[in-house]
Amino acid sequence: MIRLLYLAAGVLFIVGLKGLGSPRTARRGNQLASVGMLLAAVVVVGDLIDLDTKITWWVIIVGIVVGSAIGVMFATKVEMTGMPELVAAFNGFGGASSALVAAAAVHESGGSFETETSIVVALSIAIGAITFTGSFVAYGKLKGFISGTPVAMPGGPWFNAALMAGGVALGTWAVASDAGAPYWFLAGLFLIIGVTGVLPIGGADMPVVMSLLNSLSGVAAATAGFIIGNLALIIGGALVGAAGLILTLQMGEAMNRTLANVLFSGFGGDGGTSGEMSDKPVNRATPDDVAIALAYAEKVMVVPGYGLAVAQAQHAVRDLASALAEKGVVTEYAIHPVAGRMPGHMNVLLAEADVDYDVLLDLDQSNPKFPLTDVVLIIGANDVVNPSARDDAASPIYGMPILECDLARTVVVIKRSLSPGFAGIDNPLFYEDKTMMLFADGKSALEEITAALALV
Amino acid sequence: MSPEFIEGIVVFVLASFIGFEVIAKVPPTLHTPLMSGANAISGITIVGAIIAGGTGNGAVAATLGFLAITFATINVVGGFLVTDRMLHMFKKKPGGKS
Repeated sequence: MIRLLYLAAGVLFIVGLKGLGSPRTARRGNQLASVGMLLAAVVVVGDLIDLDTKITWWVIIVGIVVGSAIGVMFATKVEMTGMPELVAAFNGFGGASSALVAAAAVHESGGSFETETSIVVALSIAIGAITFTGSFVAYGKLKGFISGTPVAMPGGPWFNAALMAGGVALGTWAVASDAGAPYWFLAGLFLIIGVTGVLPIGGADMPVVMSLLNSLSGVAAATAGFIIGNLALIIGGALVGAAGLILTLQMGEAMNRTLANVLFSGFGGDGGTSGEMSDKPVNRATPDDVAIALAYAEKVMVVPGYGLAVAQAQHAVRDLASALAEKGVVTEYAIHPVAGRMPGHMNVLLAEADVDYDVLLDLDQSNPKFPLTDVVLIIGANDVVNPSARDDAASPIYGMPILECDLARTVVVIKRSLSPGFAGIDNPLFYEDKTMMLFADGKSALEEITAALALV
Repeated sequence: MSPEFIEGIVVFVLASFIGFEVIAKVPPTLHTPLMSGANAISGITIVGAIIAGGTGNGAVAATLGFLAITFATINVVGGFLVTDRMLHMFKKKPGGKS
């Protein structure tokens, strides 16, 4: 009976995730998943009471109360622009919890398990630990505590390869021996690998890293499920593992890079690389110029990038679109899969600003529309609109799918400066005759354009 | 291997395939809520945490269990709540104007 209830919780997770597949059913889906979670928590407490074991109630009650308070505080306070770091932090806590469950099992048994159990205990500790520290390094990078530029390890990728090999050796030792100590060493080593593994990865690669860490937190939960023989953990963990893996692969595809390349190449800082800057002339524009171009357009496509999030300009862009709508100009949004710092980051920001999700277009939907677009408004995006990725086989980003903004009639780029993007690659789009460059903070530039529009 | 362990592997493999099928269809617009919702589900480890924290003996076991429960609860409660907050914003406006 108990097992069936856990299965029911697992089914609620599946139905819930299925609901997340459409904007109309997503909220209900999330609620169903949370009901599944509540069910699982009630069942385990009921089961413990039923088994007549001695229960340390205060540990359970205080833990849940403190955890809920912290969770509610973070979840209600966070700004939508801060979503990637919040998800990273939550993810880290989940991983830590799975590792601690395994650690408690080691503590209780002194490290003596059946072979299969010792394998899942070692996996749960290793994966949970790497998820914990990896997520918090990602958190630090997203928050800006830790530099977004890749921090090279001595020996480059070999540094982490050596640590990993050490991890496998320690894991084998832990499984083979009946002692507890190897598990603690294993935990320590993987806590370190989480740090040294994520530090060399650039800020712009965060969508891939976040997805991967998300996947790992699921696998950690599933392995913890094997330790305690619980179906709900195994199902829930497997689902999350699969979800994270799919996103990881999709993000890699959107950058035309393999996972190994993202993890080990140290590519992709936050910009600031001086690179070889071209001194070709650009067309500098004022907000008034842009307002005139927009006012006489029929179709406008907004291309948001991470710069939009940094400038908190999502409301300003929406106000501009509303002002344009009054003039009969249609505005849509073209969103590259890796725009921002986590998958779907831009969509959440624009949804916050009350932009209808019907006008948020993905890569395949928006590219056929650029030739029919009068004005493209690029806000804080760079590499995802770089035509070199399509035309220049020598370019480091060659082959990456881009938004083909250069096919539109006029291109407006709002950017702080002419500095190249994270890849340090010059963008030929900026020097085209039809391109107007507006060097300013995204939010104030948009507000000035909206104000100027009223006078056109 | 015990029958329970093998059953666990079967469930894990099947659930992974279901996960792939269900999630591959999620549109990019919903990727952030998907990630944060899935993340909350990974907090299911709270079940293991409650068992470890509620039945362990001694101060070390209680500490490990307490931290496990607290962390898992942050993950679960915060994760579902923030996902709900996000999804609340993804609504279709009447009239569908942009």
